[in-house]
This record gives sequence, structure tokens and C-alpha cells, in this order.
Amino acid sequence: MNTSTAYRTPLIEHHLLKMTTTTTIIDTFAEAFSMWGTRLLITAETPSWAMTSALSVTGFATSIIGCKCEAGIERAVPPEETPDGRPGVSVLLFTVKSDDMSKRLLERIGQCILTCPTTACFNGLTADAREMVDVGGQLRFFGDGYQMSKQLNGRRYWRIPVMDGEFLVEESFGIKKAVGGGNLLILGRATRDTLLATEAAVVAMREVPGVILPFPGGIVRSGSKTGSKYKTLFASTNDAYCPTLRGFAPNTQLPPEAGCVLEIVIDGLDLAAVEEAMRRGIRAATAAGALQITAGNYGGKLGQFQIHLHSLI
Amino acid sequence: MSLHLTLRQQPDVPLEAETLSPDRLAGLDAAAAAALPVMHGNRKAVVADFFDVAAAAGTDDLLVLEGDLSRVKRIGESMTRGLILIKGNAGMHVGVDMRGGEIVVEGDVGDWVGAEMLGGRIVVKGNAGHQAGSVYRGGHKGMLGGELFIHGNAGAELGNSMRRGLIAVGGACGDFAGVNMLAGTIIVLGEMGWRACAGMTRGTVVGMQGARVLPTFTFDCVYRPTFLRMLLLHLRAQGLPVTDAQIAGEYTRWSGDHISLGRGELLLLGDSR
Repeated sequence: MNTSTAYRTPLIEHHLLKMTTTTTIIDTFAEAFSMWGTRLLITAETPSWAMTSALSVTGFATSIIGCKCEAGIERAVPPEETPDGRPGVSVLLFTVKSDDMSKRLLERIGQCILTCPTTACFNGLTADAREMVDVGGQLRFFGDGYQMSKQLNGRRYWRIPVMDGEFLVEESFGIKKAVGGGNLLILGRATRDTLLATEAAVVAMREVPGVILPFPGGIVRSGSKTGSKYKTLFASTNDAYCPTLRGFAPNTQLPPEAGCVLEIVIDGLDLAAVEEAMRRGIRAATAAGALQITAGNYGGKLGQFQIHLHSLI
Repeated sequence: MSLHLTLRQQPDVPLEAETLSPDRLAGLDAAAAAALPVMHGNRKAVVADFFDVAAAAGTDDLLVLEGDLSRVKRIGESMTRGLILIKGNAGMHVGVDMRGGEIVVEGDVGDWVGAEMLGGRIVVKGNAGHQAGSVYRGGHKGMLGGELFIHGNAGAELGNSMRRGLIAVGGACGDFAGVNMLAGTIIVLGEMGWRACAGMTRGTVVGMQGARVLPTFTFDCVYRPTFLRMLLLHLRAQGLPVTDAQIAGEYTRWSGDHISLGRGELLLLGDSR
């Protein structure tokens, strides 16, 4: 999406020139989880409508905790690479259970792509798919018996009549075991410095194929810990990294100079992609003057994957 | 080991040669292949009576036929795998009942190419006769799957009663294209003859140079069918002369045939009202 120069605004250049402090990278690990992932390829008459649909289908999909899935835009796809020769956008979507994937795809494609003018939706995970889930085969019933199917190269597509012509959707979408919850915590002196460093990391990480950063703008400020003093909540604010709680929190992790912490969460179709994204994120945040980079984990007791920051640098 | 058969003796009457298929020739050496039976009219003969047979290094599933085989019928009948490369013309019934693999004919083929085929791909670089991808007389369903690409012209009754699959013709086709069609897709880049889609139940026929639309078809709309872009890009990748205007163009959609179920469609490039 963006190039490495895109984020080097005058503000950042100024910041880089001023930067004299080295970044401390804590010897810890990000604890990531096994998930199921898929890739949708959305096309439309114009790049703008493809992106509109992609933004809609990835909306309210920041965290599995409250959104039932995590999703994000992987990249814009040029017409030469799409099945129908139109501009496209690829989207990644992740769930905890494979059974959930069909439901989430049905909801999101049905409400956000089917509804969007001129769009079509194709399976973007073919070669390395472990299972296939039926999506177009369910959505076709919206056609009320007027739907038609076509087969090409062993894949079935449904043509559902809609008011601007037809919605074309592939019958089955590939899913595979994936990795969710890779993360970086970027600490800075103040909000502005921290935001610039984290933005630089986001730009660099989005260059990696097969990963998404599901939170708004790729960044989350409300990092969480498991559990809460309130029994009904199973997650609550990560007090160890809240600057306003430095004096209260029993186990604050903030160094004295730190005044702001931002987190980047990474979901990827495989571990290598998540690691590569984190590697690039660390480099970019370091170059942009982050005070400290660390990662969130649960002591290694919950996640299937441990990504050690020092192994990435 | 692949086999190369060169026609030495032109048969006086058509040769029934369903033997010429990778399924039947795989694993045989040249001598064994030469001894396989064929029917010369109503008389039994062997492959060696008409062909020089040679073996060459390569995959077992490759069969190369060379010469003017326009009197050799049923090549590749019911084949399930492999590749038959015909360097010349081929006779009637090439690839009938085919289920898999690929047949490439560098010249012309006779009638009934790909009749009632179920899968695989047939590529004809030249012209094809009548009833390509069609149903046999007395049958109910024509082509049931696979792809049939004819770079030249095709005769009448193209895809008669086809049920599934894709037929594409680079040139023109004769009368009754898609007659009694049940489903599937036919794309004709050249002119279509009279009475295209007569009696069709479902399925898609696409014409790039107009057609005489039967009175039992009704006008629906002029639009850009997304699925067609995908199919046309696929045809272009197979070497058929698909233009950018055809890929991006608007098509008039006619539905019919209303003497039947009427769920079929005839898509004609441009506004053909």
C-alpha cells in the first residue's frame, strides 16, 4: 500500500534528525495463537468501489473478543492479477474455529460485498488451503431461484441477479491454519513521538504479504490483560502499561521516561509472515525513534506460538 | 516413454481407432502398440497396417499422431488422462465421451468432435465439422463437462443439448448453435448462423457479431456481465483472439427460449435491440 517514503513526512524527518536516543528492545516474546485464516479478493468497476467494499467487510473486526473475527485489508490488487480483470482489493479474515469461518463469511460478504455496487468476490486462498467452506453456495439463495452458476477450471461461481446487474461470488473459499495475536508494544516519551514511531512501523509491516493489522490504522491504544476485578469481564485494561497508573499499578512496566504506549497486533496466514512483519516493524519503529519496544504475552501459558523479539533482530 | 504414430497408409474407408488413446497405449512399447486392433471399415486390422510406430523418451501419457488423419475416427474416445497431439487433420468423433486429459489438433476435425464429453480439454487449431460438443441422436444430454476450443469455424448444431462445460469458437459457427441446450456456455467470436439457442432450457450463448434473435426470446437489459469477463480472459489465455472491447464491452441480454423453460440467455455484444 504505502511505500517506505510515504510516512517520512516533514514531521518525521524532523523527528529523525533530532533523535539521539537508542531504542531498547526488551528480551521477551509475543505470544500468538493458532487461528483459521482466509483471503477474499474483491473486485469492482473502479478501485474506489473495491476499496469501499473492502473497508466495509473489514469493519468492526478488530478483535475476536468483541467482533467474532479479525479482518483487515492486505493490499490493493491491480486488474492484471484479478480473475475478471478489474481492480481489486485482497482482504484477510481470521476466526478461532474453522466452523465459525463459514458464518462470518456469509454475514460479511452478504452484508458488505453483495450490497456494494458493481462488486464481485473471489476465493483468494487456493493453493495452500487446508479446507474449503461453502459461501457462494449459501448466498445464492438470495437469488430466489433466478441465480445461475458457471464453472471454470474446476471452480464454481454463482451469478446472483441484483439491481445493478449481477453479483458474482465464488462458491467455496479456502481456509487454512493461521497465526493471530502477534504483537509489538512501542513505548515513547510522549504521545506524538510514540504515534510517529508506531505509524512508521505500521507502514513497514503492511508491506508484508499475508498479514493484516486489524485495529484502527493498524494501532491499538487499549491493550488488555486477561481477567478483571469485575467477575463478568475476562479482559481489562493493561494497567502495567498505562502511564496514568504508574503510581498505582502494582507491576508497572513503564520506564521513567515513557509517557505513552501503543500496540500493533498482527494476524498472518503463517508464522513466517507474522515474524517478518514484526521484524520490519521493529526496524521501522527503531529508526523512527521509539524509546522501547516490547511485546505482550501470558507467560507462554496460552498461546501456541512464542515470537522472541531478539530472534527477529 | 511416449509413442509417435505416423500415418503411412491412407485408409480406403474410415478407420475406427478408439485404440488411439493414452489410456490404452500407456506402458506399451512400439511393438505392442503396433499390434493393437483397429477396424478398417468392417474388417479387423492392426495399427501397424496404417501407422509407423516409434517410441521416444518422455512421459507415458503423451501420444503424437502425424499425418492427414481425416479418415481416422474416434481418436481419444473415452480417454481419462494424458495428451494426444495430432499434427494434421483428424476425422469424426475425436474425443467423444472424453473424461480427462487433453487433445490438441493442429489441423481440422470432422463432425461430432467432443460429443457427449464429460471432462478434459480439446483444442482444435483449425475448423470443426457439425455437432461439435453435441448429443448423439436419440440421446438426452450433449457435452457434460470440460472445454472445447475451436480456433477456426464450427458447423451446425454446436453444443446441441449440452448440459455443462465451455465451448468457444474463434471463427463463425453454423445454424442452431446451442439448440436444446440444457446448461453450460458457448462463446462464438465470429458470426452465428440462424436459429441460435432454439429450444434452450438454460445455459449461456455469447455472440460477438450479432445474431438473428428468435421471436421466442425476450429482451432483458444491456449490461456488463462480470462472469463473462472472467471467461473471456480465460479464452485469451488459451490463445483465442479475444479483444479488449469484448472483455470490457456491454452485452444485450435476451432470455429464452420461451417455448421451453426460458431460463437460458443469449448475450450479444453491443446494444442489439
